Amino acid sequence: MKFSENWLRELVDIKADRATLCHALTMAGLEVEEVTGLGDSLDGVVVAEIIDAEKHPQADRLQVCHVEAGLAAPLQIVCGAPNARAGIKVPLALVGATLPGGVAIKAAKLRGVESFGMLCSARELGVDADASGLLELPVDAPVGRPLAGYLGLPDASIELKLTPNRPDCLGMVGLAHDVAALFGSTVNVPGEAIAKVMATAHRGIRLEAGHDAPRYLGRVVEGIDASAPTPLWLAERLRRAGLRPISAVVDITNYVMLELGQPLHAFDNDSLQGDIVVRYASAGEKLKLIDGSQVELDPGFVLVADDHKALAVAGVMGGFDSRVTDATVNIFLESAHFAPAAIMGRARKLGMHTDASHRFERGVDPELPRRALERATTLLLSIAGGRPGPVLLAENPSDLPQPAAVRLRRARLTRLLGVAVADAEVARIFIALGMRVEPRPEGWLITAPSSRFDIEREEDLVEEVARIFGYDRIPTHTPTGALSLAIEPEARISEHAMREQLAARGYHEAVNLSFLPADLLARWGFGEGRVPLANPLSADLAVMRPSLLPGLIEALRHNCDRQQDRVRLFELARVFTAGDPPLETPSLAIVAGGPAKAEQWGESSRPLDFHDLKGELDALIAWGGEPQRWSVHPTSLPDWLHPGRGARVTHDGNTVGYLGALHPRLAAELDLGADVHVMEVALEPLLSRRLPRSSPVVRHPSVRRDIALDLPEDVNWSQIETVIRRSMGVVLKELRLFDRYVGKGVEAGRKSLAMGLILQDASRTLTDDDADRCVRQAIAALEQTCKAKLRG
Amino acid sequence: MDDLESRALQALADIESTETLDGLDALRVGLLGKSGIVTGALKALGGLPSDQRKVRGAEVNRVKERLAEALAIRKRALEQADLERRLASETIDISLPGRDGERGGIHPISHALERISSIFARLGYQRVDGPEIEDDWHNFEALNFPPHHPARAMHDTFYFADGRLLRTHTSPVQIRSMQGRQPPIRIIAPGKVYRSDSDQTHSPMFHQIEGLLVDETSSFADLKGTLAEFIRAFFERDFEMRFRPSYFPFTEPSAEVDIRWDAEDGSSRWLEVLGCGMVHPKVLSNCGIDPERYTGFAFGLGVERFAMLRYGVSDLRAFFENDLRFLKQFA
Repeated sequence: MKFSENWLRELVDIKADRATLCHALTMAGLEVEEVTGLGDSLDGVVVAEIIDAEKHPQADRLQVCHVEAGLAAPLQIVCGAPNARAGIKVPLALVGATLPGGVAIKAAKLRGVESFGMLCSARELGVDADASGLLELPVDAPVGRPLAGYLGLPDASIELKLTPNRPDCLGMVGLAHDVAALFGSTVNVPGEAIAKVMATAHRGIRLEAGHDAPRYLGRVVEGIDASAPTPLWLAERLRRAGLRPISAVVDITNYVMLELGQPLHAFDNDSLQGDIVVRYASAGEKLKLIDGSQVELDPGFVLVADDHKALAVAGVMGGFDSRVTDATVNIFLESAHFAPAAIMGRARKLGMHTDASHRFERGVDPELPRRALERATTLLLSIAGGRPGPVLLAENPSDLPQPAAVRLRRARLTRLLGVAVADAEVARIFIALGMRVEPRPEGWLITAPSSRFDIEREEDLVEEVARIFGYDRIPTHTPTGALSLAIEPEARISEHAMREQLAARGYHEAVNLSFLPADLLARWGFGEGRVPLANPLSADLAVMRPSLLPGLIEALRHNCDRQQDRVRLFELARVFTAGDPPLETPSLAIVAGGPAKAEQWGESSRPLDFHDLKGELDALIAWGGEPQRWSVHPTSLPDWLHPGRGARVTHDGNTVGYLGALHPRLAAELDLGADVHVMEVALEPLLSRRLPRSSPVVRHPSVRRDIALDLPEDVNWSQIETVIRRSMGVVLKELRLFDRYVGKGVEAGRKSLAMGLILQDASRTLTDDDADRCVRQAIAALEQTCKAKLRG
Repeated sequence: MDDLESRALQALADIESTETLDGLDALRVGLLGKSGIVTGALKALGGLPSDQRKVRGAEVNRVKERLAEALAIRKRALEQADLERRLASETIDISLPGRDGERGGIHPISHALERISSIFARLGYQRVDGPEIEDDWHNFEALNFPPHHPARAMHDTFYFADGRLLRTHTSPVQIRSMQGRQPPIRIIAPGKVYRSDSDQTHSPMFHQIEGLLVDETSSFADLKGTLAEFIRAFFERDFEMRFRPSYFPFTEPSAEVDIRWDAEDGSSRWLEVLGCGMVHPKVLSNCGIDPERYTGFAFGLGVERFAMLRYGVSDLRAFFENDLRFLKQFA
């Protein structure tokens, strides 16, 4: 809601300057979003008439004008505006004036011709953004009169960011009532004259949309001059409210809407046939609207129609064929009440938003239509002439909203606000807001005016008291209420601790949007179970991510493209898979590119490999303290992993993630090097931790035996470990692989593994013989099952 | 006699001038060893008459002690010199950088989110979670947004084909937390939220924290007190604050909270940082809580806004670009 400050001040006496007024509005819940001062320094700018205009002898784009400004003699002025011509009235900044932009006007010579002042555009005067040419003033503008006085300046356009619960402030009179309550002032209600009926023109009105359209008023006005100019004062108020003046009839309906908050519509009466019918649209019914668009409707829309055709989408926009044009002589004025539920969402459904729909869907005072119709008629007669017919009315009073009395308990008010507001102040606030107050022993019974749709229950009244009393007068208090201590399980790692851990291991946390482009997912091979948005912002943000990796890899690439040679990123967020409801799984992903270690002295650089990344997983698993629940498998890998350098991660036998080198084909497609490794694991199992449980420390010393085995290449470590553990049992405390060797001295197709076995018995000290016997048995088992040979 | 004395004097001079531990040891053997001169002199005592033996014995022992002491002193000196030489040769450039000292970092949004959550945790608020893909009832209707209500227009919503939506605020977690639970309730619900809006100051995904307190005594004054404490704790300083009447369908009275922010250029302005209000009785009833017995307040804040103010981030989009040159500023 944007409006002229001067207009508001005319409606309500405010003993406060602009800043104070705006602050008070904001602090009453009517947030001032923008204040634009208009015509603040127009001293020396007067109304002038161009007597003649001739081309400048030296410049194609300039004209030399002679201008009458009420001085002893006309002034010669050089002007570059395209619309400068003889006969029009325009603002003239005299020599000595300083315009709002700081331009000081001096006598000057332009291309050899003397100029004594400047003819101005609206922008140069700071009254409008229009800089296309000179501001053309009405033909009856008094020559020589200071422009500020003539235009009602200075003024300000104040824009409010109104919340949806305050449609009453979408009209100046409603706003004035709120302001009056704030400043303890009264409202000067604008003209409530009843226009004299001068014609008999009649038209039937039938209401067929029940409580969606319970009241409809109209009247025919015959013989108007549709081309009559809109008076300056009215045009200026529209302009300062952000509306462009269009034609007298449209401007008057807009003006009454701004003034009272009641949207009106004018039809060309000669285009109507028979009765006005307010009905639901039929399925597929089409209508061409004033803005030229063609809409197709459904029975959810209420239409204003005549006996033959649809005329307007009720409460949204009028039709093209029945619009008022300059040639219109007889009009039919509509002033109706449509229920918010009948309008909510309808304009949006048509892809539009109009001043009328904005008001109706929030709620317009049902008592306004008659007053608005009379006000519009009166203005019309004075501006465009005509002979009004009688007011035509159809209504179903039982379908109209009934203002209900709402109880407010003193104790409830005090409890909710945390402060006792004096009875007299409560009563004063409600009376100032135009509400009826009836004292009751426990509080008050309040009846709101019909304009206050939002007053339905006790809390609504509490809010009104708080708002006018002032939120800043409510004390500040720290809650002392009952507490129930939430128990935080110790056997769970917090997400933030996980972040700290990864940061400590050299990874930077990334935050990506949850959406991914469908084609990127296809490239990764994420096919089944996608969760696409129905209304994405763009194709790049179309599908909920099934994995954090594509986004992280894009982030890695972003950094590689910016001279970062070693990138370590992680992200903690949810991933989505289809389901009913869709599945949201918190996930942890890390990506790594560049050398295994940061470039440093004393250590040669080595490319990152699978086991570097596996080390990260091992560290996280070790943190949870239950490594036996985890394992990795080389089978059933996703398409995006290198088939020989990838692993599936399981927890209690369930697949919970993957890690490994990116598939070389994908890496090439994404323009990445072969060194990029990734890991993604469901977060929940990683966050689960064993609650430590102490057992006695074994005091007997341990024994270590080192062996080197020669094994076929395809026997993997987990097989070897299984055989050794099975053979040695609990006596084996630790198995450490400390070397892996392939090459000279080892047959092709075989490898050498060197490992340390640490043995300990809980009940006695192991002898060398005990240890040797155990190790011999394990080697025998390895020879049998893994074709192992003990190396010398 | 004179002989021993003079050889002892000579030996003392030799000890003093010996430069190596090996040389010193050879001297020791020559003096005090099995066939050393002192040992010889002691052995020779046996051949003396008993009255001389005693006198002579005392003399030889004095010489022996003097020599032993001189050897020990010299040994300590040589060892000390040896150690010093070795230490000198072992000196390294301690100014060279340490190994593997690189550290990663936590995203500024996580920093702010954790800081905010932990402040409320200290006030007894329990951290809870809710789905990001919500249904209309939890995101809107239960929060008193009727279908097509204009208040919904303030939430540009992402939908799915089945009518579900991406939550536009963390407020649905209020509903999920209150259902099946009775007051006292103090919860905090941090998380991602989504609005179909993208420009310099809007990201289609951002982070909010919702707070909710319901008990038998809470009032608007308690709400003001709680948020004032929170702002002070988060920024570690006092702010001029103002509560402005506003409108959210799920609270009444509702307020927006501004703080008086001093920009680096010395200017100062009101900055909106929070929305809040007393929980609407319809919302309480929707969750099976008796609004006559219980009252409560709720608040919601944008984590990005707090992170920007706290860490001086001027461009919202920087949070989601994941540029290491940005991220490394928050290690």
